Amino acid sequence: MNAIAPITLSLEPFAARLSDVKGEDRKAAAGALARTGLPTPRVEAWHYTNLRALSGRIFSDAPVGFDESAAQAALARILPPDAAIAALPRLVLVNGRFAPSLSSTDLPEGVSCTSFVQSPDFGILASPDREGMVALNTALADDGVQVTVAPGTQAGQVVLVSLALGTESDVSFHPRHSITLGEEASLSVIEIAASENAGAYLHNPVLTCAIAEKAHLTHVKIQQEAENAVHLATVYADIAVRAAYDSFTLGLGSVLARHEVHATMHGDHAAVHVNGAQLLAASQVGDITSVIAHAAPDCISRQTVRNVLSDRARAVFQGKVLVERVAQKTDGYQMNQALLLSPSAEINAKPELEIYADDVKCSHGATVGALDDDQLFYLRSRGIPDDQARQMLVEAFLVETVDLVEDEALRTVLHQALAAALSQRVGAAEKTA
Amino acid sequence: MPAVTETREQVEKLGKSSYEWGFETDIEMDVAPKGLNEDIIRLISTRKEEPEWMLEWRLAAYRSWLKMKEPTWAKVTHPPIDYQDVHYYAAPKKKDGPKSLEEVDPELLRTYEKLGIPLHEQAMLAGVEVPEGEEARLPVAVDAVFDSVSVATTFRKTLSEAGVIFCPISEAIRDYPDLVKQYIGSVVPVADNFYAALNSAVFTDGSFVFVPKGVRCPMELSTYFRINAKNTGQFERTLIIVEDGASVSYLEGCTAPMRDENQLHAAVVELVAMEDASIKYSTVQNWYPGDENGRGGIYNFVTKRGACRGARAKISWTQVETGSAITWKYPSCILQGEDSVGEFYSVAVTNNHQQADTGTKMIHLGRNSRSTIIAKTISAGKSDSTYRGQVKIMPRASGARNFTQCDSLLIGDQCGAHTVPYIESRNMTARVEHEATTSKISEDQMFYCRQRGLSQEDAVGLIVNGFCKEVLKELPMEFAVEAQKLLQISLEGSVG
Repeated sequence: MNAIAPITLSLEPFAARLSDVKGEDRKAAAGALARTGLPTPRVEAWHYTNLRALSGRIFSDAPVGFDESAAQAALARILPPDAAIAALPRLVLVNGRFAPSLSSTDLPEGVSCTSFVQSPDFGILASPDREGMVALNTALADDGVQVTVAPGTQAGQVVLVSLALGTESDVSFHPRHSITLGEEASLSVIEIAASENAGAYLHNPVLTCAIAEKAHLTHVKIQQEAENAVHLATVYADIAVRAAYDSFTLGLGSVLARHEVHATMHGDHAAVHVNGAQLLAASQVGDITSVIAHAAPDCISRQTVRNVLSDRARAVFQGKVLVERVAQKTDGYQMNQALLLSPSAEINAKPELEIYADDVKCSHGATVGALDDDQLFYLRSRGIPDDQARQMLVEAFLVETVDLVEDEALRTVLHQALAAALSQRVGAAEKTA
Repeated sequence: MPAVTETREQVEKLGKSSYEWGFETDIEMDVAPKGLNEDIIRLISTRKEEPEWMLEWRLAAYRSWLKMKEPTWAKVTHPPIDYQDVHYYAAPKKKDGPKSLEEVDPELLRTYEKLGIPLHEQAMLAGVEVPEGEEARLPVAVDAVFDSVSVATTFRKTLSEAGVIFCPISEAIRDYPDLVKQYIGSVVPVADNFYAALNSAVFTDGSFVFVPKGVRCPMELSTYFRINAKNTGQFERTLIIVEDGASVSYLEGCTAPMRDENQLHAAVVELVAMEDASIKYSTVQNWYPGDENGRGGIYNFVTKRGACRGARAKISWTQVETGSAITWKYPSCILQGEDSVGEFYSVAVTNNHQQADTGTKMIHLGRNSRSTIIAKTISAGKSDSTYRGQVKIMPRASGARNFTQCDSLLIGDQCGAHTVPYIESRNMTARVEHEATTSKISEDQMFYCRQRGLSQEDAVGLIVNGFCKEVLKELPMEFAVEAQKLLQISLEGSVG
């Protein structure tokens, strides 16, 4: 917990840009922010995550143009080596702006994509009076992608890359994305947030997902931003009758990251998965916050989040499952686990159930601990060196969450990203511990 | 108890209101004017014949209270409380003469008799006639607090022979000022929170227990709190100090008359356990919960905290919360000593329009400190019940261990049950486990019971008692029986 939290966090870092916004929505958002300031730990939803890191800095707009060949080279490095993935249609944003030259033009039939600047639409799901970071995004949103899948279309997979490229420090971008699935449509999105040669930037994306009856959206995100970057993402998902929002987030990068999900099941027999894993080291702070709302009967929600923390890393998990009065026969399950690998690592977890219906089955669990000595002994007694044994256990711990992703191609991408991060990190971290 | 008797009791109760402790005692009272200011605090201090330092301590608390705001984070709602519309001191008028049980106003004795609280040592000591099938009970020493003052404390002689001090805290402030001065406010600082500061300024009575080194308290100690007067608040303060290797088991019970307006109860309880000491603190909280429309009832805003100061010290909280319109209560343990142990066993039942936000805090500072939390929440009617708890492992607490289990049971579709745990670990060798479930009484369970001839209410009673068994078994025997009955009564009318 943060010892002394300031009552307000100044808007100074964005003041000049906020005073200059145009249009009703943006003005309203800037007004809401002016009243509340940026969220501080005094706000319950930000109890464990302090945005101090933003204060004392002035964030400016990201430059519009970029070096095409540098971008191509960065993409080649960032995108998963898998040939099957490389062949997928992709949508690329550079420094928060849609880059048509890097994106596929041949989207599957029934799928359309426009950029946010072409027809700015803030939607109704993410309203600024609910969330400070959403308000900031609304006020300053530069661009984004708006993907629509026609009813009945099985659209397959799409890769969405958000690349920070060669930016100076103290640049911020606030992309606004939306994904709309018509009835009985399906789509899998692999979102990758990464950087190349970039300074201490702020990436503040907002994504709204509208999933119509019997539609199915799979959303996998790999967050591997620059090591000094701040990543504050908010996702709103609105799920209709018998529809599903199936998501997974893998948190690897940034000095401060937050992935916040608001998933609301408005139709009966809907399903939500909000899974995730974080592998944090050095003085990284990673926050996964979710509000899963059951607003209709017979829905099902599942959440498994695992954290592996070394050095002085700190993970935050705040997961709320809200079951409204009408949501009878709800089936909710939530699990948060953390593995502390260093004496200075820290976990703050707040799994929360808020239940107003009686005929429900809801449970949650949380565990915190070090690697299991018995398991380590088992491996060591079979001749596996200590380092390797530890790495195997850590990997197994995280891979179990990745395996929750049903789409095989997406699972493979996650496995690769995780394996790469593990081979870089855990070995080194374990030696210092 | 034979089933026939139980059924008869149930049927008899149907005719009347289920809160059987709701009567009012007509007794001559000495009441301070309404309102809170430094003069009232001086008046309380004078009435209590307190030394100067105590008054200063109260005034300091009052001054910090003035600067504080009511906490709003709990999941409860109530109209604003007018702290100036309360009598902060109300005591039965004392007759002259030495204070012994014989001289206690007979009206008061009758009140406690009606409440089933034994204030007659003689009857207890003589053993009276033990009904067949029941074991002879061990005597229990009782401190009876009526509104603002303690009216009687039994078994003081037996206890003092063992070296145990058990007396009203107002008396302790006069007779053992050094002890009180050393420990009061050491676990719950005066400005700890809004209600604790208010209590520190205006507390009127409560119990004081001191168990010296190596003494195992020879009997259960018990305090019985009764709010009687109108428009009063009760602000009691309990301080229990248990020295090295000593142990005590302490029980607390409470009731109040039925009234339409809400009354405020803001208590502070501080426990100090030294090396190898053990404190078991059990509460059966049965303040008037208000009527079925949510009118009236007690606002129970209580700060309870224990410190395990020495190695291997142990503090165990057990609570059965059935009463009060609003409960805001988090009995906590600060586990400073190595290998110290904290336990929290709780059953919270809400019905009608009751609101409860209760739980615990376990702060692990000592190496290998251990804590267990078992919380059972039952919501019925239009009530809301929240478990809110914190487990905090500090960097020094290597090898610390916590296990938490929170289960909620919902009866009816108009109530709410919420679980808000905060888990914070800053030590890699610590292990923390938390699990929580929410469910309703299953149709299978009901069918099974009904098929065997149990009425719907009896079936619910049986299932609820089973649900709470883990906690009820931690209560001393007499309390466990009372608690089981209370559960049944609290849930009356919630099904069918």
